[in-house]
Order: sequence, then C-alpha cells, then structure tokens
Amino acid sequence: MTNVAQAEKPAKAPKPTVSILAAIAKAYHDAMADDPKVITLGEDLADPEGGGIAKITKGLSTAFGDDRVRSTPISEQAIMGAAIGASLAGYKPVAEIMLMNFTTVAMDMIVNHAAKLRFMSGGQTNVPIVIRTMTGLGFGSGGQHCDYLEAWFAHTAGIKVCAASTPEDAYGLLRSAIDDPDPVLFIENLPTYFMPMAMELPDSSHRVPLGKAAVQIEGSDLTIVTYARMAIEARQAAAKAAEQGISVEVVDLRTIAPWDRETVLASAAKTGRVLIVHEAVKEHGVGAEIAAVINEELFGQLKKPVKRLGGTFCPVPYSKPLESAFAPNAERILAAIVDLAS
Amino acid sequence: MADRQLVADSAILLDIYRRAALLKANDERARKVILSGQIAMVYYSYRGQEIIPSVMGNILRDDDTLCTIYRGIHDMLAKGFPLRELWAELAGRTTGSCKGKGGPMHLTYPAKGIMVTTGIVGSSAPIANGLAWGAQLDKSNRVSICTFGDGASNIGAIHEAMNLASVWKLPTIFVCQNNLFAEHTTFEKMTGGQNIANRAEGYGMPGVRVDGNDAEAMYSAFAEAVARARAGEGPTLLECMTFRFYGHNFGDDDSYIPPAQKAAAIEADPVPRLRARLIADRIATEEELAAMEADIEAQIDDALEFALASPWPEPDSLRFDVFEKEMSA
Repeated sequence: MTNVAQAEKPAKAPKPTVSILAAIAKAYHDAMADDPKVITLGEDLADPEGGGIAKITKGLSTAFGDDRVRSTPISEQAIMGAAIGASLAGYKPVAEIMLMNFTTVAMDMIVNHAAKLRFMSGGQTNVPIVIRTMTGLGFGSGGQHCDYLEAWFAHTAGIKVCAASTPEDAYGLLRSAIDDPDPVLFIENLPTYFMPMAMELPDSSHRVPLGKAAVQIEGSDLTIVTYARMAIEARQAAAKAAEQGISVEVVDLRTIAPWDRETVLASAAKTGRVLIVHEAVKEHGVGAEIAAVINEELFGQLKKPVKRLGGTFCPVPYSKPLESAFAPNAERILAAIVDLAS
Repeated sequence: MADRQLVADSAILLDIYRRAALLKANDERARKVILSGQIAMVYYSYRGQEIIPSVMGNILRDDDTLCTIYRGIHDMLAKGFPLRELWAELAGRTTGSCKGKGGPMHLTYPAKGIMVTTGIVGSSAPIANGLAWGAQLDKSNRVSICTFGDGASNIGAIHEAMNLASVWKLPTIFVCQNNLFAEHTTFEKMTGGQNIANRAEGYGMPGVRVDGNDAEAMYSAFAEAVARARAGEGPTLLECMTFRFYGHNFGDDDSYIPPAQKAAAIEADPVPRLRARLIADRIATEEELAAMEADIEAQIDDALEFALASPWPEPDSLRFDVFEKEMSA
C-alpha cells in the first residue's frame, strides 16, 4: 500500500490531491441533488448510524431526508429486493451491499431478478439500480470479507459491472451507473479508498460512459489489460518498466461487463503482447474471457501468448505474508512484463 | 375508519364469483390444452385456490401492485391480466405480454400493476417491499401485494422482507396462500408451530389466519389489511387457508396427497359453493350465471385462438431486452 501511494503521489504536486472515496461521496451527493428519484439504502448508511462504515454516505440523510436515505436491517435479500421494487416504481435506487462477499447472500435477488426482469418481461419493466459494494485485499480480513467476485456477475446477462482506479473515473462511472437504465454493480476497492491522487474532484457534469476502457498510459511494446486496484499497481509497474526501456500500454477496462473489446483489441494488435491482471482468482476469471477473445480475433498477430496474472486459487488468507503472496502486485506485474517483453 | 368497507355485499360477491369463474375456467382450459398437446408448458394449477385472488381483485385498484409466483396465474387474471396477452405468452408467441421471453413463470403486465412473477420460492416478498417504498415516496396510498405459499414461509427472504416491512411501516400485504403442501411435502410435516399468521406477532405486525375459500371471511380480512396499508398503518400478514386439487406441477404424481383429503377438498370446491350461495340468496339466477360462464368460455376461446395464430419469435430477438441497448449481432 505505502509504495503504491508514493508512486501515485504527484512528483511536483501541481494539482490538489483527492481520493477515490471523496469522489464517490461527491458523485453520490450530486446525483441525489440533481434527481429526486435517486434514493439509497443499506446497512448503517444514514447519519444516525454514522453515515456508513467508510463514511461515504455521511451527510446524505441529513441533506436529503430519511425517506430517500435509509439505513436497513442486516438483510441483504431485503435490501436488494427493496431496491428492485423501488426501481419498478420509477425510482433510481443505489443499494449498498457493504462488502462484496455479502452479495452472495443476495444472489437470488441480483441474478434471478435484477438482471433478468427486463428480458423476462419482454422489456415491459427494467431495473435501474446501482449496487455499490466494497472489497479488496490489504486489511487482513481473511476469507469472507475481501473477495473479488466480478466474474460471477460478468457471467450473468443483464447486469453491468464496473470498477474505477482513479477519482475522476470513480465519479464519472458512478454518475453514469446511476443514470443507466439497467442494473450496475459498482465495485469499490476499500484499501485504496484514501489513496491521494493528483486530480481535482470533477464537476457534476462529468461522466465516464459505461463500456468504455481508458488507455491510462500509452506504450508500444506490451499491453496490460486490467481494472480496479490492479490498474493502480499496473501503472506503477509500467513506470518501472519504462526505466528499463520497455514501453507498456495500460488499459483500464473501467467497465468489466460489457467490456470494451474495441479498445483492448486495438491495443493488443498494436503491441502484440498482452498481460491481463486482476486481483480475483485467476482460474475462470474475467481474464480468461478477455484472453479467449484476443485469441479468437488476433491469432497470428500476437508475438507471444496472452499471459494472465490473478489471485491464487485458494480462499483469501489471513496472515500477512500469505495475504501478500495471494495476489499480483506492482513487483509481480513488472516481472511478468519483463518476461513477456523478452 | 368510517370508509372501511369490510363486509362483502351482494354486488361484491357477484364480482368475486365472476373472477373466480374466470380463474376456474381458465385453469380447466390450461390443463386441457396441455393434455391435447396444443401448448407444451410447465403449469402449476391453482385449481381450488380461486377465491383468494378473486377477493383481492375485487378490492385492489389497477395502480396497486402485485408480486406473485409461479403458481400465480389466478392472482394475475383476477387483477385484470388480459386473456389474449396471457395465452399468447403461454404459447410463447410474440404477441404475448412478454413477447415469449418470460413464459408462464414470469408473466408481467404493469398496466394492471402486475409487476413481477417469480419462479423462485419466496422472492416475491422482498421486491414487494420496494414497490411499497415507492408508494411511500410518491405519497400515494396504493398498496403492494405479495403472494406466496406455505412452503415459501420457511425461506429466509420472507423473514427478511417481513421484518423490513415492519420497521419501515410499509404498505405491503403479505398474502400466504396456505394450500397445505410445499411441493410434495405437507404443511404439517415441515412447518414449526403449525401456524404462519402467528409469526406476524414476532415482526410487530397484525397476522390473520382466514378461510381463504370463504369469500366473505376472505373479503373482510383482506379489506382490513388494505385499509390499514392505505392509511399508512403498515403491513399485514394474511394466512389464507386453502387447498390445491392437483399436484405441485400439472402432470406430477400427486399420490402424496391423501386421497380422502383430496376428495373432501374437491367436495367442498369453493367456486361452485359460492355459485350456489349466489343463487340461494337470489343475488343471481342460474340463467345469469350460465350466461356469464358461457361468455367467459368464449373469451378464453378467443384468446387461445389469437395465441395459436400469432407468430413465433425470431431468434434475433434474443439480442433485445437484455439491456436497454440491444446486444450486437
């Protein structure tokens, strides 16, 4: 964490620094101020309960009232059901499922209902909800509090999945997710919430379109396709690789499903070498789908087989050395870059 | 409250019968259509449970919302689901309410407040709460109904939903249609306490067990629950006692239903019972009811004919309605 934070700090500090957490909080507030149909619910999120465990929703219930901003019992199915039902009544609910592992107890509501009602009703109904959820390694939370489960949702037709690695993207993606007429899972990385980045908070018109990746660093030797926390690690690795004369292009998907094939394939075709990195377990992960499509579309144009880095195929461990060994980081990404570029 | 009509008068009983006769006739037709091979579908007969939704249909407005379940065609027809769109959906045609994409377990018709039909046991309840929250936010007095069975009462979603409805004082009405069987298993064998309505006390809401096959008792209980919800007094749990005459899904081996129990239930068939009552009390004549029933049959004939003459969906339609923007070809 510390080394990543240092790498992300501006060299000359020409701009103020902001965090992803501040950007999400502002997006939330701006969305509720702009549209009275935006409502929110989740465990502990109203002000009497402290405005959420990370304080992201602090101030919302005071500003927008107890009808629109509601703390809930610890009842993830009830939370998701209430969000779905309110969306069917014409509202735009943002439901917080505190931690991504807790989505598993609401999977019926998310997968069988939120994702499918538009299709099963023949387009008569739709479910414009956002599910905000936090996760990520780094706090020693062990096996049930920090999984990345995005592949489960990406595999489900009817729900979009996104994750940001900068404050600007966090703001723009959350605003677009709330605007979107379909359900969106918005994944937040808890350990990097407070990481300062050299940016300003966007104004309320800023949007990042869903389904559009960002080429965060341009390069010519190798493409990294990544998202969420691993995009931060990849940028750091790319900077180190540049010192060794390897030019790395970093593509942050931003939207994991549906993902931006055009941008990824263009970059892969340009560099001919692709490394896919995610914190989620590698096996059957999002990287497998991306690698398969690159193979289908660019076979013969690649200089090396597509390489993947992901979490180890085991539950997230507790002990610090084990937790550190579990997932990719900048150092391991750099090693993979060097290997792939050779 | 003075405006609470809690007793079913003659006109109300006649309307309840009109709905119940439609439901009964439609169920009989569905089974016939399956047996004849005209339409192949998974079908969950509600035969025997008609009075409960017929009462609800009489009391509810179009803007009151319904979240129902796979055994829910009776709930929907009683609330005004049009027959043509229903039968075309059962037949999987483009003219079906869901363009053939939903089928019998996912029928939807928002114009009549029929918002969700779920094939997942118990999942109607959490979503009904959200529709009730919407009514609160709209400052509307519309109510949100969820129906489910005695089997669903033992799944976690129902528990979570009832607690949330209570603490948020939502206008949700939990209508448990207790037909004494959870799939193939008896209520007696799998339900601790042998009573679902009693659970309401634990959630801090009224719970009423009512004979769901008795139109007048059902009317009073449901009207009271609706009046409370409209007045902002919060949710109610109704346990409506009933019985289904056929198996879990039509065509299953229903030998798990004791023959004597089944025979007694059919003997006490609530639909002809209400019919006889209307005639005995001179609310309607035999001729009037026969004409009503003939008209219902003609409407079903028309709907079935419409459905079977409608086009099948094109495979390309799979790209549509996944998201608002179609998937690429």
